[in-house]
Amino acid sequence: MIDNGEWLPYAFVFLMGLSMLIYTVLDGYDLGVGMLIRYADAEEKDRMIASIGPFWDANETWLVLGVGLLLVAFPAAHGIILSSLYLPVSLMLIALIYRGVAFDFRVKVRAEKKERWNSNFFCGSLITSLSQGYMLGAYILGFDTGAAAVAFSLLVGVALAAAYCLIGACWLILKTEGELQRKAVRWARYSLYVTAAGIALISIATPLVSERIFDKWFAFPNIILLAPIPIITVALVAGLYFLLRALPRENDSLCWLPFVMTIGIFILCFHGLAYSFFPYIVPGRLIIEEAAAAPESLFIIFIGALIVLPFLIGYTILAYRIFHGKARDLSYD
Amino acid sequence: MIDLDPVLLARIQFAANITFHILFPAITIALCWVLLFFKLRYNRTGDDKWMAAYFFWTKVFALCFALGVVSGITMSFQFGTNWPGFMNTVGNIAGPLLAFEVLTAFFLEATFLGVMLFGFRRVPGWLHTTATVLVALGTTASAFWILVLNSWMQTPVGFEMIDGQAHASDWLAITFNPSMPYRLTHMLLASGLTAAFLVAGVSAYRWLRNDRAPAVMAALKTGVYLAAILIPIQIFVGDLHGLNTLKHQPQKVAAMEALWETRKGAPLVLFGFPDEEARTNHYALEIPKMASFILTHEMDGEVQGLNDFIGEHPDVAPVFWGFRIMVGVGTIMLAVAWAGVYLLRRQQGMPPWFAKVLVGMTFSGWIATVAGWYVTEIGRQPYLVSGVLRTADAVSDVPGGMIGLTLTAYVLLYVFLLSAFVVTLFYLARKAGESDKPPGIVQHVDDRRSVMYGAGE
Repeated sequence: MIDNGEWLPYAFVFLMGLSMLIYTVLDGYDLGVGMLIRYADAEEKDRMIASIGPFWDANETWLVLGVGLLLVAFPAAHGIILSSLYLPVSLMLIALIYRGVAFDFRVKVRAEKKERWNSNFFCGSLITSLSQGYMLGAYILGFDTGAAAVAFSLLVGVALAAAYCLIGACWLILKTEGELQRKAVRWARYSLYVTAAGIALISIATPLVSERIFDKWFAFPNIILLAPIPIITVALVAGLYFLLRALPRENDSLCWLPFVMTIGIFILCFHGLAYSFFPYIVPGRLIIEEAAAAPESLFIIFIGALIVLPFLIGYTILAYRIFHGKARDLSYD
Repeated sequence: MIDLDPVLLARIQFAANITFHILFPAITIALCWVLLFFKLRYNRTGDDKWMAAYFFWTKVFALCFALGVVSGITMSFQFGTNWPGFMNTVGNIAGPLLAFEVLTAFFLEATFLGVMLFGFRRVPGWLHTTATVLVALGTTASAFWILVLNSWMQTPVGFEMIDGQAHASDWLAITFNPSMPYRLTHMLLASGLTAAFLVAGVSAYRWLRNDRAPAVMAALKTGVYLAAILIPIQIFVGDLHGLNTLKHQPQKVAAMEALWETRKGAPLVLFGFPDEEARTNHYALEIPKMASFILTHEMDGEVQGLNDFIGEHPDVAPVFWGFRIMVGVGTIMLAVAWAGVYLLRRQQGMPPWFAKVLVGMTFSGWIATVAGWYVTEIGRQPYLVSGVLRTADAVSDVPGGMIGLTLTAYVLLYVFLLSAFVVTLFYLARKAGESDKPPGIVQHVDDRRSVMYGAGE
């Protein structure tokens, strides 16, 4: 059964990439909502948080799975990446803790303390997003620690936070109605500008810092074969721009479309990055095969994952069905 | 900043995180089964007090669950940031166990938690009960995998070392390694006791504030009876666990008992100050031959002392004291729980002084659990994986100053969150008593419920 297992590391890169992509979409929207509550009034805040309440916990679990797969399938890479990112990782974890507990504390503490937990929730969401973007930037540059690299990473941090705001706003367009929905459309528009600028920045910078990546994209015939990725991305951004000018429509039709288009943008950007770095798992330092754990251990996880994933997808869909439709007040009883 | 020892700091940081983390799973693993009990009692009797108890304790559960999840995420990162040598050496074994925890437990509990917390009015009753069962199964499965891994680190089997890396040769042996059944049972019971005393303590607090809702007494009795049933089982299992440790990790037991010399008829050191330098105990109060009797069940049985393991045994004082704290709290638990059963069954009802005792015992499970974990984890030192990997060889090269900085941030955060948790817990208890809402908020649910499943509006 284990034909020397050469395909296993690639199967795990695929699973890990998939988890990370799902994470950026799912936790992306709830982090985005977390940042946007800053601009909402008290009643809207409750409604916004009600829209993500039943989901955020499971959303965050995709991060544990993604990092967990990195840990178990590529222990050497996990060590290098996380030690290089020691400070941003610690910052993100502290922010994630703040944010996760703020969810619960804000509705359970005395009324006069609620506002303080709301702002903890905002700060936690913001710092989590910024530090994740910072890490992405540092990863792109191969953990270079020069001043220019830090500045670039900070810019990527802002861009990722904007992308999360975008998908968060699109989630709200889907899940809310009335004045809040109109506000969400506005938030989505502003976030789209920053996100688009960020995508352009990363697309320009990535090939410039690495000759290898430059060649992968711009050598013939790759440049023609790969052209659909940037072209469709630009088309989606443009389409979303015009769509957001037309929303909300009278019968609330198409309220789901911005969310779907944003997921499309996320998927394309993710593919662009994945293509750039393949077959490296630590850019310029470690390729996928060198970093992989022993095949017999990977195999047993792989079998486990194949058995569990259909159930996981099944009950995730069940949860989204149970809580589908416009968000209502959340209550336990 | 220069002479900060990175190994010690990395250990303290990991210990701080895992100590904070374990507090909440220690509650949620068992509290979820208690919630299921409330739900099933309601399904059976239709008595609103059970549903009122369910809703109140669901709030506490949600809060504990959130604290457990977010502090648990930290762990999965710190394997890499603090202990890269751990995964490099034994990643082939730890990896699949951790992966199975995420796959079988985390998603299950996280997804159905949403249904359990917010789905009461949206799904049919059976599905809501099922969601509660699945969350309970998820938390228990999570405990299972993590205790398999921890026990394997204590008593590693089923692997071979190739080029300095452990490779699994027998997954069944790894999963059911020698200390796993004992440690898992001991921890699940510890969680049961932690939840039981928490439920009893907070309910007693409400009772003392004249909150006589039927749900309060129902929960209080549930807590006290549960504790009274579990504590003797726990003492029995703890003894078995100790004998198992003696067989596989004699140096840990020697440290627990502060026995320096190998001897027959070893005394039980009740109290004393272990002195690592002089390799003796000061001001020791001993019962002759008792340690031999407890450990070998023979008055003149031979017990190995620490001097047989120089350089290979843990620091004695924390293990010695941790063990005494755990056993001491366990003994008090036994007295309180059994006295409680007697007092609650009397005609004249519970005396207020006993309610105060229960309030005092609210967090006793935490103290015993954490003390017990310190015994077993510090007791494994100087190894991270017994006989395979030394802690000092697994540490990362992150500078001590940086670890110190983040450690300070973590500790401040944990102190803050822990106080916020305790304050909020008692605030919720007071608020539950003050609200004018009758406990029977559930009577209109059934007619609404039928249309809810899958229907958004």
